[in-house]
Parts: sequence; structure tokens; C-alpha cells
Amino acid sequence: MLDALRALLLPKLFTARARMRSKERGRGARTAVLAAIGGIFWMFAFGVLHRLLAYFRGVPEIGPLLAGKLLGLILVAFFSILLLSNIITALSSYFLARDLDLLASAPVDWLALYSAKLLETCVNSSWMVVLMAVPMLTAYGTVYDGGGAFVGLAILTFLPFLIIPAALGSATTLVLVNTFPARRTRDILSIIAVIAAAGVVVLFRLVRPEKLVRPEGFRSLVDFIAVLRTPTSPLLPSEWVGRSVMGWLTGSLDLLPLYLLWSTAAAAVVIGALLHRWLYARGFTKAQESSQQWAREGGLGRMVRLLLSPLGTVRRELILKEVRVFFRDTTQWSQLILLAVLVVVYVFNIKFLPLTGEGITFFIVNLVPFLNLALAGFVLASVAARFIFPGVSLEGRTWWLLRASPLPIRELLWSKFWVGMVPLLVLALAIVGVTNSLLQVSTFMFVVSVFTITLMTFALAGLAVGFGTMYPRFETENAAQIPTSFGGLLYMMSAVGVIGAVIVLEARPVYSYLSAISFRGGESPPTAELVVGFGLAAAVCLTATFWPIRIAVRRLEALER
Amino acid sequence: MIQLRSLTKRYGSFTAVNGVDLDVPRGELFGFLGPNGAGKTTTLRMIAGILQPSSGSVSIAGIDLTSDPVAAKQRLGFIPDRPFIYEKLTGTEFLRFVAGLYGQSGAEVERRGRELLALFDLEEWRDELVESYSHGMRQKLIISSAFVHKPEVVVVDEPMVGLDPKAARTLKDLFREYTRRGNTIMMSTHTLEVAQSMCDRIGIIQRGVIRTCGTMDDLRASAEAGVSGLEEIFLRLTGEGLSRELVEVLDA
Repeated sequence: MLDALRALLLPKLFTARARMRSKERGRGARTAVLAAIGGIFWMFAFGVLHRLLAYFRGVPEIGPLLAGKLLGLILVAFFSILLLSNIITALSSYFLARDLDLLASAPVDWLALYSAKLLETCVNSSWMVVLMAVPMLTAYGTVYDGGGAFVGLAILTFLPFLIIPAALGSATTLVLVNTFPARRTRDILSIIAVIAAAGVVVLFRLVRPEKLVRPEGFRSLVDFIAVLRTPTSPLLPSEWVGRSVMGWLTGSLDLLPLYLLWSTAAAAVVIGALLHRWLYARGFTKAQESSQQWAREGGLGRMVRLLLSPLGTVRRELILKEVRVFFRDTTQWSQLILLAVLVVVYVFNIKFLPLTGEGITFFIVNLVPFLNLALAGFVLASVAARFIFPGVSLEGRTWWLLRASPLPIRELLWSKFWVGMVPLLVLALAIVGVTNSLLQVSTFMFVVSVFTITLMTFALAGLAVGFGTMYPRFETENAAQIPTSFGGLLYMMSAVGVIGAVIVLEARPVYSYLSAISFRGGESPPTAELVVGFGLAAAVCLTATFWPIRIAVRRLEALER
Repeated sequence: MIQLRSLTKRYGSFTAVNGVDLDVPRGELFGFLGPNGAGKTTTLRMIAGILQPSSGSVSIAGIDLTSDPVAAKQRLGFIPDRPFIYEKLTGTEFLRFVAGLYGQSGAEVERRGRELLALFDLEEWRDELVESYSHGMRQKLIISSAFVHKPEVVVVDEPMVGLDPKAARTLKDLFREYTRRGNTIMMSTHTLEVAQSMCDRIGIIQRGVIRTCGTMDDLRASAEAGVSGLEEIFLRLTGEGLSRELVEVLDA
């Protein structure tokens, strides 16, 4: 069995090793930037937690309770992420991976296959959580003087904490695939995942956690301590990890949670293995079935075709193709739900901004629409990263067709630009329009906002097409993974740079104008300053629109696949 | 119709195609043979405009592919060896999209698309998403798409892979009729019987260099005496006689 397991795992190890050793151009710089960003994130997370925990430690009686509660909350979040991520990853590793045909036809022991795939699922789903857990546990260990042995305890508690959701997630997927065809299951899972994530965001926001920090929320200290002493979720592995860690750190280590963690992990793996033996062959056969889907052009399709006719045949067909492919792919459109939720939360936040009362000056009232522009720009940049940035990467497998056709590359990229830019602009104008109405801004600020956000949308879409082409991920089939690449990171950095530049260029002339109008009634508005500021902002945006696409055209023309 | 002059493709220090000169005239079905890794696909992908030559030139119908790629590609249809297409389009939509890339649309394209799908028994599947097509059905759809815009030149890489006997027969008839009407086809294949029975001329490439090129009679003459079939000629010219090694491998 162990030999078979080794044989199944070796190709994965060799692949990882080859990837690390590859001499791809710019790899060193990419690794350095990613390592720097990772390092900054770790330092930041560690710094914040360290400060908070140090403060808690100084509070007698309730300090350790607060630290434990915080740890419990973080671990519950980790456990939910791990479970959801394992369910989705298990679908790929057990049912859709490309090596499965080979493995299914080879005389591989069922237990070896189960174990190898469980390990693969566990590693692929958990690495990010582990990376986030390291600064967190380090902060706890240093503040509470956990000592060197704390590292051992942390590993001992975290291992079963990762194995349990992997075994549970794999088993859930196994049952789901036996109920629905695998490809349909993927659709269902992607929608469930998105709705779950959206639900968590909405719930978290609607609860308005900022209210909880108000001391008047609790009737007495006794009530407060009673709440802290109650376990958040006694039956969840996250609670057991929390109790082990806090037990060690406060000098009262209880072995029961550790025992519970390891015995539950063992039980989950054994039950998972038995289920695998019983259901896998049938599920794998079912996974080969494709879902039959028919599509015929109806009245709406014909109308859209007619409306797009003035653009010419090539552009019309490119746009129609983009729209069809997007709306027929559940993994793509389902993310619109999450997007809608984020926008609602954003608007909700603006609505509850305390913009009246003491200490709210004229400067602050006019600063908010500007910050709103920057934040809306950031939201739009994230949307463009998810929906426009992957456009060229997704053409990877069909690149032969586009390249062998007389379609000019410029035409292809500008089609991608317009298909992404127009909906983005609608979203941008809706966000700015609604938030400006809620903020009750003046007509002047309204015009400034609409002008700026329109220019920014052009720039963000241009940057997304440009960077998406310059750093393509042709081999990735999952569009959601593409923006998480190095190119995606560079795109977000440059997008933030452009948004910042526009805000800085416009802030001063707008402030001068508003001061002249409001405080110095008779004074004429600073027209020259306005023209220069807005002219420069427009120039920045137009450069960010055209320049990346120009470079992208050249890169794509030279691309060989 | 297809003219290659000193066509060369290098990947770093490796030369995949080395100074190939070739003329395929109008109305000819040209077979392009060679062992695996000989440079067939690289040559065909350069003719299709997917890869750029390191040096040398390609012209299609007298138009240089480098200086006027749009006009040259307008006259070309390409059938790749791997049928990767948009999974979320239907067969009809895919054909309409490909015709659109060549600037063609309307009733004429719709009619031609329907007829091509019917020719390859895909009519029933025309409104179904490509994701549910089998490998052979995808191959048939790609073949249909290469003809939907009525190109003068068709470049084909391994056309018979995945096709059922009926479709293979249909394809052979289509190729013959297409070249009879004055169009040109350049096809790479490993099915030597197909090349022998269908092609007007055959070129054999090995290690990036054309070893021999001509009609079956020319090829027989260039091989050693006593060989008649294309398989023997191919193995003789490319030195791929493996029978002794095969015995050793099976005995090992």
C-alpha cells in the first residue's frame, strides 16, 4: 500500500520541484515581490495581533478569556474556509483531474488512491490557511511566552485540524457526485460557495460589530465574563484547537481537546475511506457523464445581433461570443452574486456614515465624496481584475483559431476592452450616483464624481486588458484563479496608483473651488487651476487606457503557442 | 498557392525547421509526412500564421504572410491536430463565430454551415454545447469550420485522428472534390495509406529538413531499389527500421 501511495504522490512532488527550478524569465523578480508582499502581510498581521494580545494580557481576569475568544473566532472562520475549500478541491482531485483516467485503468489499490487524493486535496485547500495561521500563532506564542515547545504543540493541534475538513469535504463531494453528475455538481457547488460567502459578508455587516465594542452594550461585568466563558461552538474542532492552545499558554494544558482532535481526524479518515470504497467507482463513472445543454438563438439573441450590427461582423461576433461564454459558465456568472453583495455592503456603509453633528467640518463633508471616489475606484479595480483581467488567458486553448484567422490582434483586445468596460461603467455610475445621493453632495461634486469615475473606469479596463495580456495564464481553466497571479497583483498595484494619482490631481483644485464658492462668496472660482488639475487627471486616465493595450497588442502579436 | 522559402524555426539552440523550400501549386493535395518531432506541425503552424518563422518566408496565394497577414489569412483555413474549441458555444454558434472572424455572415453562411454539419452527421447536435461533444465530433466541427468561409488554401494537421470510418471517407471525398475545384490542401498525416491513395505529391521531412518531395514515382526512385509501398519508402528514407530493437524490447 505504501509503495502505491509513494508512486501516486511522486509525480506531484516532481511537478512542484520542476516548477521551482524552472528558469522562466522574470521568475526571480516575481518571487521577490511575492515574498516581500507576503512578508509585509505577516508582519502586519503579527504586529496587530501582538499589540492586541499584549493589551489583553495586561487586563486581569478577563484578558485570557478575551484572547481565547478571539482565537476561537479566528479558528471558526478558518474551519469554515477549510471545509468549503476542501469540498470544491475534492471535486477536481477525485473526479475531474486529468490523471484520473490513467489511475482508473491502473491496478491501483483503492486505499492508496483515497489516501493520495486526500493528501492532495488537503494540501491544495489548506496552504493559504496555514500561511495565515503562522503569524497568528506566533503572536500568541510570543505574548504568552509559549516557549519552543509551543511550536510542537501548534503542529500537533493543527495537523488534525487540517485533516478533519479534508476528510469531511472529500466525503461530502463523494456523496454529491453520486447524486448529481460531476459537472452539474461543480455548478451547484460554485453557486453554493458564492452564496455562502455572500451570506457571511451580509450577516457580518448587518450585525454592525462596531456596536459590540461599546461598553454600554452589557448590563454588568458579570454578564460580560459569562459571555466570554461560554464556548463559541463546543462541538467544532476549532474549539478544541483553541482550548489546547490557550491551555498550554495559560499553564493549564488539558489533553482532552487534543485527544478529541486526533480521534475525530482518525474517525473521519476511516469513515471517508469506507465511503470511498463503497461509492467511488460509481461516482467516478457518473462523473464522466456530461450534462446535455441545448441553446438556440431566440428573439432576444436576434435583437442583440441586430443592435450590434453597426459594429461590423467581426466585432459583433466577438462580442456575442464573449457574452455567451460568460453567461453559460456558472463559475463565471455566479460571482456576480458576490459582486452585488459587496456593492450593497459598500452602499450600506456609506448610508451609515455619521456626517452630521459635532466636529464634522466643511472639509470633512467634502472629503468624503473624494474618498468615496477612491473606494469606488478600488471596488471597480477588483471587479475588473476578476472579470476583465482573465479575458486573454481564457483564450489560451483556442488561441490557434484566433491566430490562424485574419482577425487583427488590436481588434480582439479592443473587443475585450469594450465588452468589459461598458458593464463596468454602468456599475461605476450606479455606485457613484447612489452614494452621492445618500451623501447629498452638491451639483458641482456630482459632476466631478461622474466625470472622474468615467475616466477611471476607462483606465481600469485598459489596465486590466493590458496586464491580463502581458501576464497571461493560458493553462489555468478556472477564471477565478487567474487574477491571483503575479500579473494580477501588478495590475492591482498599478490600478491603485492611477486612482491615487487622479484623486491627488483633482483634490486641490476642487478644494480651492469649494472654498471660493462657500467662504469667499464674491471671489471668482479658480478656473485655471481646475482646468490644469482635471486636464492632468484625464491625461493620466487616457494614458492608462491606451498605453497598456498598445503594449499588449505588440506582446500578443509576438506570442507563440 | 503555398510558397515556402528558406523557412526556418529555432527554439533557442534547437532548430525545429531548417531552411525548408516548398511550392504547392493551385489544385494540389500535398501530403506532408515525417516521424514524430520532425517539424511537420511547426511548419504547418508557421503557414497558418500561428508561429512566426525565425527566418525565411511564407506566402499564400502570392501574398507574403509577414507583410500582409490579414490578406494572406483571409484565403486560408486551418485544421489543428488537437480539437480545442469554445466549450460553451453550440456547433452552429461556433461556425457562425468562425465565419465572423473572416468577416462573413448572413444567410449564405448559415446555409453553408448547416450543410457542412449535415455532411459530418452533426446536424442533430448543432444546437448543443460543444462541451458535450466527443473528441471525434469536435474534430468534425473544426473541419467544418475550416471550410465555412470558403478558403482557397486549407492546411490540415493530422485530419484522421478520432474520426469514425464514415467521417474519414467523407473527409477524403471532400478533400478530393475541393482540390478538383482548383483549391489547395496541404495535409500532414501518419496514415501512410491515406497519403498514398489521396495525395498528388508527398514531402517527407526529418529533423527539420525535407528529405524528399515528389509524386509516388519520384519517391520510389529516390528510395533504394526494390521498394514500392509508401511505408517502405518512408522507413527506408527516415531510417526508422525498428524490427531488431522491437524484438529486444519485447524479450527484455
